[in-house]
Amino acid sequence: MRRTLGLLTLAALPLAVLAVFFVVPVGAMVARGFVVDGTFDPGAVVEVLGRDRTGRVLWFTLVSAGSGTALSVLLGLPAAYVLHRLDLPGVRIARGLLLVPFVLPTVVVGVAFRALLGDGGLLGSLGLDGSATAIVAALVFFNVAVVVRVVGGAWASLDPRAGEAAAALGASPATVLRTVTLPALRPAIASAASVVFLFCSTAFGLVLTLGGLRYATVETEIYLLTRAFDLPAAAGLSVVQIVGVVLLLVVVGRLRRSDDAAAGRAPTTPRRMQGYDVPAVAATVAVLAATALPIVGLVVAAFRVDGAWSTANFRALTGTGDDTALLVPVTEALRNSLQIAVDATWMALLLGLLVALVVTRRARTRTERTVRGVLDGVFMLPLGVSAVTLGFGLLITVARPPLALRDDPLLVPLAQALVALPLVVRTLVPVLAGIDDRQRQAAASLGASPARTLLVVDLPVAWRPVLAATGFAFAASLGEFGATAFLAQPDRPTLPVVIARLIGTPGGTNYGMATAAAVVLAATTTVVMLLVERLRVPSVGAF
Amino acid sequence: MFRLPMPARTRRAPVLALASVLTLGSLSACSLVGGGDDESADGAETVVLLTHDSFSLPDDLVAAFEEENGVELEIRQPGDAGAVVTEIGLNPDDAGADVVFGVDTTFASRLLDADALETWDGELPAGAEAFRLDGDDRLVPVDNGNVCVNVDTAWFAEEGIPEPETLDDLATPTYAPLFVTPGPVDSSPGLAFLLTTVAAYGEDGWQDYWTRLVDNGAKVVDGWSDAYYVDFTAAGENPTRPIVTSYDSSPAATVTEDGSATTTRALLDTCFTQVEYAGVLRGADNPEGADALVSWLLSADVQEALPTSMYVYPVADDAALPEEWAAFTERPTDPFTLPTDEIAENREAWISAWRDVVAR
Repeated sequence: MRRTLGLLTLAALPLAVLAVFFVVPVGAMVARGFVVDGTFDPGAVVEVLGRDRTGRVLWFTLVSAGSGTALSVLLGLPAAYVLHRLDLPGVRIARGLLLVPFVLPTVVVGVAFRALLGDGGLLGSLGLDGSATAIVAALVFFNVAVVVRVVGGAWASLDPRAGEAAAALGASPATVLRTVTLPALRPAIASAASVVFLFCSTAFGLVLTLGGLRYATVETEIYLLTRAFDLPAAAGLSVVQIVGVVLLLVVVGRLRRSDDAAAGRAPTTPRRMQGYDVPAVAATVAVLAATALPIVGLVVAAFRVDGAWSTANFRALTGTGDDTALLVPVTEALRNSLQIAVDATWMALLLGLLVALVVTRRARTRTERTVRGVLDGVFMLPLGVSAVTLGFGLLITVARPPLALRDDPLLVPLAQALVALPLVVRTLVPVLAGIDDRQRQAAASLGASPARTLLVVDLPVAWRPVLAATGFAFAASLGEFGATAFLAQPDRPTLPVVIARLIGTPGGTNYGMATAAAVVLAATTTVVMLLVERLRVPSVGAF
Repeated sequence: MFRLPMPARTRRAPVLALASVLTLGSLSACSLVGGGDDESADGAETVVLLTHDSFSLPDDLVAAFEEENGVELEIRQPGDAGAVVTEIGLNPDDAGADVVFGVDTTFASRLLDADALETWDGELPAGAEAFRLDGDDRLVPVDNGNVCVNVDTAWFAEEGIPEPETLDDLATPTYAPLFVTPGPVDSSPGLAFLLTTVAAYGEDGWQDYWTRLVDNGAKVVDGWSDAYYVDFTAAGENPTRPIVTSYDSSPAATVTEDGSATTTRALLDTCFTQVEYAGVLRGADNPEGADALVSWLLSADVQEALPTSMYVYPVADDAALPEEWAAFTERPTDPFTLPTDEIAENREAWISAWRDVVAR
């Protein structure tokens, strides 16, 4: 009992932050839908759930997010293997580049994709423009990196001996993969798939841009209903979304729990390519090429001015665009972005460390284990709940008295930290969970205080993963667009916000500047991720 | 349980990387508190302006306003006009701002219905009265513009095809498949074009028109930037379509390098007028500052800055237009309009009916 209390004390700060900046705003917004003219009236909400359209929207959300997730996993697995297990030139750069789509603003990706798939584009003949296939392709483009990173991390630290033994007994590489390797990776794959599914099912800029307005998901529908001020309908869909996310987390929790301990963990070094690796390497090259295509298109556009090669777009970044499209120069927006990302990163890290510590301490009782399991899942919620509901919810709660944080410079980094938090937690939990609790007990019995135990037992093992999580959080914050666009102060916009602004304003050089700024953002991200690569330990990122 | 490998390989690499991360952090001035430098100004009263994310005016004008009135202007931009109206609608009694600006014809009546505005009894510049809503003294017209179909004149000259002139032309085989437009779901010019067709063909005829348009190969995309920058031949990346929904001011943005001509033209028989309004919010903390702010938006300086800053026309008759605008843009004499309350009542129904036509 006392331990459970101690746990909750440690968890108090992250829980309080989650309550104030997530639960209360979302709750307030949903409550608006249930209360009509001052009285509780769920009738309107229930009516929405019965509409034909709601069923279609739910179905399309499940199908698009499901196929996006399945494809991301299918394409991500070979790449995870090749990029984390094999010793090939350029794998580090490839790992860094794969994360670039993850941070590009959706409006840029939308335009880049349409430039590729549209009538005159390189792949225009496929006729995919405005189709559901284009939406799924873009979802995969965004999320394959998550699978590579998460599963690759687990794969890299997988003890190869079980597989080698099977092979020695005559199993073919395919049999080893099916009977030994994949089962051992199941928890990591389930984790990666769950994060990807949450990202896919809440993607909304992409669905609007690439779907030619023909397709609606729960997320786009909440957006449109909220704008149409049909709050009961929006609340109904928000509730459906939250229930769905909770169910998903419960299922994934089961899958993940399974028997991670049975899978041997050992440091491995990347090995040379073998004959049977050819299909995996080929698949990886294809994934890289497909990812690079829209990015290359973007880079080319950034260096073209009036049909000739030029760096004018980049030189223009110190200005405010044609006819002062912007309030601040792009370079200043980059500075803002970096500053805000620093703040978001330390917040995400502080909260993430606390959560990870709480979640990974060995549970002694059933209740304790349940409490930990719930805590583990609860911090994933912000990934799966509508940004529109959260955004407007923040405006009617913490933005107003008594907190009145609307103009607080910490609001934007805090919102970004909440988005980055699950990535931090997922990176740290497996590492901290891997520390044998008996080491801590030994330290304690030798008279070490809890703080000292942390310092001498946990920290030496965890410091590199902590730095790796730092890089992940930093990149996630650099690219965050939804919440930031909503909350950023106009005189202190971030780079993605400025890019979206430039791309939406008429004027000769604005489009070129937007592409140049997107290239700068991508380059900054790649540099950060390459630095993080220097810090990797083989098992970092195993969800 | 798995054990972590100790980093036996190189110890140098992580240290280097750590150093680089720290350097990157310090380069970005390593903000640990958010670094808002001008937050604690000298206790001057603030006026809070709630507006859409396309709002921008030159710094020196803002500074002059602040100095003249002894206030600090604080600007909030939660998104497009739809987001602004939603934010106000959630708290119509106390929206947390003093003035709202940028609410256009399509959203105006929602603010009136929510009773979110005070009356403003200042003086309108000459010419602005014409843009007022009938019988209302709360919404103050500040700027206006027309959403019109634009054509790439250079493309048509090269192909030897006559340029289209009317909405009907767009649905004829000559112009298949040359037209691209943003849809009304997520785009303000897209919504305006839908309203154009409703105004032109009536409640019973517009869906037919859209059927013909789509059958004729018209392409619908999500946003204006998508249509203009991806598909439109005069500006796009892989352009294939020389007809696009844009503004009557757009030809000023496609002036040739020598400044002698523009390569696009707005079709003046396809235009729909949008007026952007400002208003003093009920529950304003600084009503005097709010009044001054609305007056400032109507002042000659701001009115003349509107075209270059926000790509819209001033409402004041005597405001001078920039040279390129005067030379290369034309205004429709008889644009389409719809009563704002009719728009408010039917907007969602029209959009969902439109979706049924386009998504067939």
